Amino acid sequence: MAETKRIATRDSYGKALAELGRENENIVVLDADLADSTRTSVFRKEFPDRHIDCGIAESNMMSIAAGLAAAGKIPFASSFAMFAAGRAYEQIRNSIGYPHLNVKICASHAGISVGEDGATHQCNEDMLLMRSIPGMVVINPADDVEARAAVKAAAAYEGPVYIRLGRLAVPVVNDEESFTFQIGKAVTLREGNDITIIATGLMVERALQAADQLESQGIHARVIDMHTIKPIDREAILSAARETKGIVTAEEHSVIGGLYSAVCEVVCAEAPCEVAPVAVMDEFGCSGAALDLLELYNLNAKTIVEKAKEILA
Amino acid sequence: MEQTRKRELQKIANRIRQGVLEATFSAQSGHPGGSLSISDTLAYLYFEQMNLDPSNPKWEERDRLVLSKGHCCPALYTALAEKGYFDKSELKGFRRIGAMLQGHPDMKNIPGVDMSSGSLGQGISAACGMALAAKLSGKNWKVYTILGDGELQEGQVWEAAMFAGFRKLDNLIAIVDNNNLQIDGKVSDVCSVYPIEDKFAAFGWHTISVDAHDFDSLDAGFKEALTITGKPVVLVQKSVKGKGVSFMENNAGWHGKATNAQEYEQAMGELKAAYAELEVE
Repeated sequence: MAETKRIATRDSYGKALAELGRENENIVVLDADLADSTRTSVFRKEFPDRHIDCGIAESNMMSIAAGLAAAGKIPFASSFAMFAAGRAYEQIRNSIGYPHLNVKICASHAGISVGEDGATHQCNEDMLLMRSIPGMVVINPADDVEARAAVKAAAAYEGPVYIRLGRLAVPVVNDEESFTFQIGKAVTLREGNDITIIATGLMVERALQAADQLESQGIHARVIDMHTIKPIDREAILSAARETKGIVTAEEHSVIGGLYSAVCEVVCAEAPCEVAPVAVMDEFGCSGAALDLLELYNLNAKTIVEKAKEILA
Repeated sequence: MEQTRKRELQKIANRIRQGVLEATFSAQSGHPGGSLSISDTLAYLYFEQMNLDPSNPKWEERDRLVLSKGHCCPALYTALAEKGYFDKSELKGFRRIGAMLQGHPDMKNIPGVDMSSGSLGQGISAACGMALAAKLSGKNWKVYTILGDGELQEGQVWEAAMFAGFRKLDNLIAIVDNNNLQIDGKVSDVCSVYPIEDKFAAFGWHTISVDAHDFDSLDAGFKEALTITGKPVVLVQKSVKGKGVSFMENNAGWHGKATNAQEYEQAMGELKAAYAELEVE
C-alpha cells in the first residue's frame, strides 16, 4: 500500500477558503492575529481586501462577523478553538446564534494535540460549548478530504456553523473520488456487527487502527466517522445500538459534552446499549509533543480496543 | 432648526415616551429610565436622519441602527411603530409569552430591528461589521449605534472603537447616551468612564458633544457627523435618565422598573400635558 498522505485539517481549510473566495465575492475572512497558524493567510495572499485581521480581540471579531452577515456577507471567522469557542462564547451565542446569522466559525488548534503550548491553549471543551447553542451546526472533520468538503458545505449552508480544525497532520482516510459530504450524515468507514466504534476528528485514524487489531482477534468492528456532532446522525447511532453489541466513542475532547454525550443522548432515549468513552477525562492537558500527549491521555487505538473488549466481555 | 419641524419632532418624541410607559406598564417589567433618555434621539434619527423604507424593512440600501444598549428597546419599538413598521398595539404585548416584542431586540422577528442586541458591548462591534460590509461593497449607507455610558465599561466597546478608528469607518456614527446613571448608581461613582470624548478621540474618532433633549443641538450634531470623512464619529449626548417624567428624572431606581397603576397615571398625565402644550404652540 502506498504511503498515506498526512495533512493537517487547518491546511485543508486554508486551501478550501481560497477556492471559495474565487467562487463567491461575498466570502469575507476574519482572523485575530493568527492568520498564519489558522491558515487564513492562504486566503489573504489571494484576496487581501477581503481578509480582515481584527487583531487580538476575538470577542469583537465574532460580533463584527455578525454585523457582516446581517449585511449580506458570508464571514469565516478564525482563531484557536480556545479563543473562538471559549473566550468569545457569549458573542457567538448572542450576536450569531440567537439571530441565526450566516457566520462560519472555523477554529484551529482544537484539542490536546496543540502540544507544547499546554493546557491554556488546548481546548477540550469547544464541541460542548458550540453544541449547546440552538441552531449551531458543529463539524469536526477527520481528514483533508472531509475538511475541505465541510468548509464548502458550510459556505453553502445558510446559518451558523462551527468547524473544528487541528494543528497536527493527520492521514487521509477518505477517498476523494468516491467521497460525498452531507452535514449531519455520518460516514461508515468499515462494516461490522460485533461492536461499533464511533469516532470523530483525528480519532478516526485510531478507530481504524483499533478495528484492524480487533479484526485480527476475530472481532468485527463497525467504524463510523461522525464528522457532524450537531445535528448528529441519529439513524447511524441507532442502527449501531441495535445491530452491534455496544458502542465505543472516540474523541479528542472532554468526556463531558462532546461526542460521547451526544451519542449517549440518542441511545438513552431510543435504544439503550452500553457506551464506553475514549476521551479526555475531566482534567486539563499539559505541555508535550502532540503524539506523546495523545498517548498520555489514552487517546489511542489500544484504549479503544480495551473498551471494546470490556463491552464484549 | 425650523420651528414647525422641531415641534413635530418633539411631538414624536413625546409619543415615543408614552409608548415606553405603556409597554413597560403593560409588561410590569422593562427599562423606562434609559429609554426615556434616548427618545428624542430616536425621534430625530428615524424621522429626520435615516434613509429608510418601512414598507421594505430589509431594503439593502437603507441606513442601519444597532441599539447596543438593547434594554432600551421600548423606545426603539415605539419609534418603529410610529414609523409604520408594525402596529402600535404590539406594545401592549411587550415581554409577554407569544408576543413579537421581546425583552431585548430580536432581528429575526421584529420588522425594522437591524440587529439583535442586549448583551452590552456587542452592538457596537456588530455595527462595525455592518459599516465594514458597506465599505467592502462600495455602498453609501450609514450605520448608527446607540450605547449607554455604563456600557462603556465593557472592554469590547474599546476593541470595537480601536477597530473602527483604525479602519477609518466614516460610515459609522455612534451615540453615547450619557445620563451618568447605571443600575448601581452614578457612572462616575461605580467605575468612571470619563472623559468619554477624549477616549474616543484617542482611538481616532471624531467627537461631537450634544444636548440629548435639544433638537437644535441634535440637528447640528448629526449634520456635522455627515460631513466627517476618514474617521468614525461619536456623538456624546448629555441626557437625563427618565427625561419627561418628573419622578423618574435622574433617578437610577427607574433603570429597570415598571410603574404601578398610580405612577403610570401620573407619568402619562405629565406626558399628555406636555403634548397638549406642543399642539397649542
